[in-house]
Amino acid sequence: MLGFSWFNAEAESPVIIQKIPFAGSMGFNSYLSIASDGTITILSPNPELGQNIMTSFPMIVAEELDADWTKVKVLQAALDTKAFDRQLTGGSGAVPHSWKRLRTAGATARNMLMQAAAAQWNVPVEECSASDSVVTHSKSGKQASYGDLAATAATLPVPKDVKLKDRKDFKIIGQAIKNVANKDIVTGKPIFGLDFYREGMLHAMIQRPASFGTKIKSVDSAAAKAMPGIVDVVVFKNNVAVVGKSTWEVSKARKLLKIEYEKDGDIESTADHNNIFTKLMDSSTPSIKRANGDVATAFSTAAKIVKAEYQCPFLSHAPLEPMNFFAHVRPDGIELVGPTQTPASARSAVAKLLSVPEDKITLEITRLGGGFGRRLKWDYVLEAAELSSLIKAPVKVTWTREDDITGGSYRPAVRYRFEAALDSKGNMVGYKCRGVGINAGNPTREDNFPSGAVDNLLIESLDHKSAITTGAWRAPITNFLGFAEQAFLDEVAQAAGKDPIQFRLELLAKARTNPAGPVKYNIDRMETVIKMAAEKSGWGKKPGVFLGFSVYFSHQSYVAQVCEVILQAGKPVIKKIYAVSDCGQVINLSGARQQVMGGIVDGLGHAMYSKLTFKNGATEQTNFNNYRLIRMKEIPEIETYFVDNGIDPTGLGEPALPPTGGAVANAIFKATGKRLRNQPFMDEEVFKAKA
Amino acid sequence: MPVYTLQINGKEYKADVAADTPLLWVLRDSLGLVGTKFGCGIAQCGACTVHLNGNAVKSCVLPVASVKTAAITTIEGLSTLGDHPLQNAWNEVDVPQCGYCQAGQIMTAAALLKKKPHPSEAEIDNAMHGNICRCGAYHRIREAVKLASTKI
Repeated sequence: MLGFSWFNAEAESPVIIQKIPFAGSMGFNSYLSIASDGTITILSPNPELGQNIMTSFPMIVAEELDADWTKVKVLQAALDTKAFDRQLTGGSGAVPHSWKRLRTAGATARNMLMQAAAAQWNVPVEECSASDSVVTHSKSGKQASYGDLAATAATLPVPKDVKLKDRKDFKIIGQAIKNVANKDIVTGKPIFGLDFYREGMLHAMIQRPASFGTKIKSVDSAAAKAMPGIVDVVVFKNNVAVVGKSTWEVSKARKLLKIEYEKDGDIESTADHNNIFTKLMDSSTPSIKRANGDVATAFSTAAKIVKAEYQCPFLSHAPLEPMNFFAHVRPDGIELVGPTQTPASARSAVAKLLSVPEDKITLEITRLGGGFGRRLKWDYVLEAAELSSLIKAPVKVTWTREDDITGGSYRPAVRYRFEAALDSKGNMVGYKCRGVGINAGNPTREDNFPSGAVDNLLIESLDHKSAITTGAWRAPITNFLGFAEQAFLDEVAQAAGKDPIQFRLELLAKARTNPAGPVKYNIDRMETVIKMAAEKSGWGKKPGVFLGFSVYFSHQSYVAQVCEVILQAGKPVIKKIYAVSDCGQVINLSGARQQVMGGIVDGLGHAMYSKLTFKNGATEQTNFNNYRLIRMKEIPEIETYFVDNGIDPTGLGEPALPPTGGAVANAIFKATGKRLRNQPFMDEEVFKAKA
Repeated sequence: MPVYTLQINGKEYKADVAADTPLLWVLRDSLGLVGTKFGCGIAQCGACTVHLNGNAVKSCVLPVASVKTAAITTIEGLSTLGDHPLQNAWNEVDVPQCGYCQAGQIMTAAALLKKKPHPSEAEIDNAMHGNICRCGAYHRIREAVKLASTKI
């Protein structure tokens, strides 16, 4: 098989790691191989968690390859750091990162196929064209299929610097293409990590401390060990692992564990967190993230000052497939199988933990039943590997939903205080934001709009270190900060007597002509989505309809939203959300709409309903009966639009989420006169019981 | 342990398990039928939905001992060729994101359409209320149920 590496021009054999044999397939490069019957197999390297990279990546390859999409078969690639770069899923970065190399892969193979045809016909390759898996020599009318050409083409030297298509010639990219995994999903095929079974494997569940800030003092596992089907109970670190023959037997035995815990750090409650926030808001030693101009003077001479505080709770990621991983540690190497967003880092961590060289460790990436950032961490991979090495057997560790919700890595709780100083003309001349978080790192995004558009600006951050573990949660920090910023700007616009959209556009105009410090967002792209959202939603043209506006830039993309709220029996009902997204070139129109709708439902649901509260260091919520997620009857209508500017794609997994809370809150204000400041909104007065 | 004989997807299966084993875990761990998913274990998310004599039930809280001779249908048995109108509609509308909840969604919808071949949007929303889609693909799930109802 012939292939080539991105890192040097020399041909090298691609390592195609799949269980399904490529009988008669000619390998072209890490991404694709072509069989003599014309079947094109494209490997999708990045973990698939519902962002549908498994369809969009192959679409990009197939486009430049000029392939007949109906002949394309997609397979998930295993971890292979020699064949693929950045094999991870996070930061809405996969498509932007791989855009050029995927196109090059397809174009290179297409070039080789055309060269093979031209050589076969003894004609100049310039007289040939390729389309839908067929090469044609127009002058003679000769044609050859990719299947017929593959064997010869694969032996040719790999060309460098192939020409890529103009986007006006795209036939696949930009279309609505069905998810390649639909058939497997709707027929219940074993594609998820939890579905992985291996003859002879054991099952395990792990009891971890319920309270953050505690550690194991003693373990009495006698009763658990005596239960039917139980093979062993193993204690390692703060874990008590029950190992047995089936998931149910293990989960029953686990309930009989008698574990005593003792204090090992701060044991906190939500009341403690609120006190911590209040204290940090008054701190005289914040970390200064950005300072422009002279806020002290701006505020002391202001005509009007607007001030508001916002707060969010901890959140669980709660992907519907709970954490799980399979590990088999053998004397000659380690086999890892399961759902992870970071397979390379997970493997390195296992290698380090067990002192086994990485080239002796394989990792097969299964489909992920949701990620949302939780599976960026490899804690549950290490658990499985360590346990397997201790019991010297293959084992699948399964987390229950309770384990998942009580188990940490949360979206951190944060409180923000925003202040704005307005001059007598209603211009915002001063802006302050202090974010105080719990294990949130820097909970501000100091270069976000309106930074650069306000002459006197101060952004500060403070962080409280807690035993409660936190992690990246879809659109980290901006998933709540977006709401707080956009709700605050709405309030400032109101105080200034200005239309909220006009208020944004004036600030952007100032950032363009007279910036105050660095402007780290693209003013044109932001203006475009704002104007388009105003147009599509009928902003200002719908008397009697309550509309709220919000715009956000995150992960390289821009999304503006307008939310429509109506009153029903005196209570606000979220009827519709318009979303305009600029993510550059849209790859799969169907998938892109999914990411926008899904991001909005995700943002809305958590803004409205979800929270974790703490008592004695443990979450009071444990499962979906008391940790509420949005359901079908609670969704508004959503209308999506995409800006067609043809720039290289800039990612869409996260950007539609941050603006959602602000658009909703601002519309609710219009309808009720009440500002929403804390999430979940269902706990705010406006949604509580009313006659 | 007692051996349970179960009628699943028109075939007979035997499982040597404890009486209180939820049908979900019999399907997944004992019988290799992993289309039915584990999401919460307390009948809150719907990922484990199967049919018991045509009714949608949450298999995570259904002890195997209570199944007896009832006819169980799982996602694997909804159709022989994967072409039940709902399965077709799911592809036509391009419903799934991660896909983990979708077998449960389809099974709930299939039971609904058996009883009510042309449900209103409100009836769909009510029937599907017990099925969580964490990815938020609800709009398309609802649309696909409506589409399937026009083909039944």
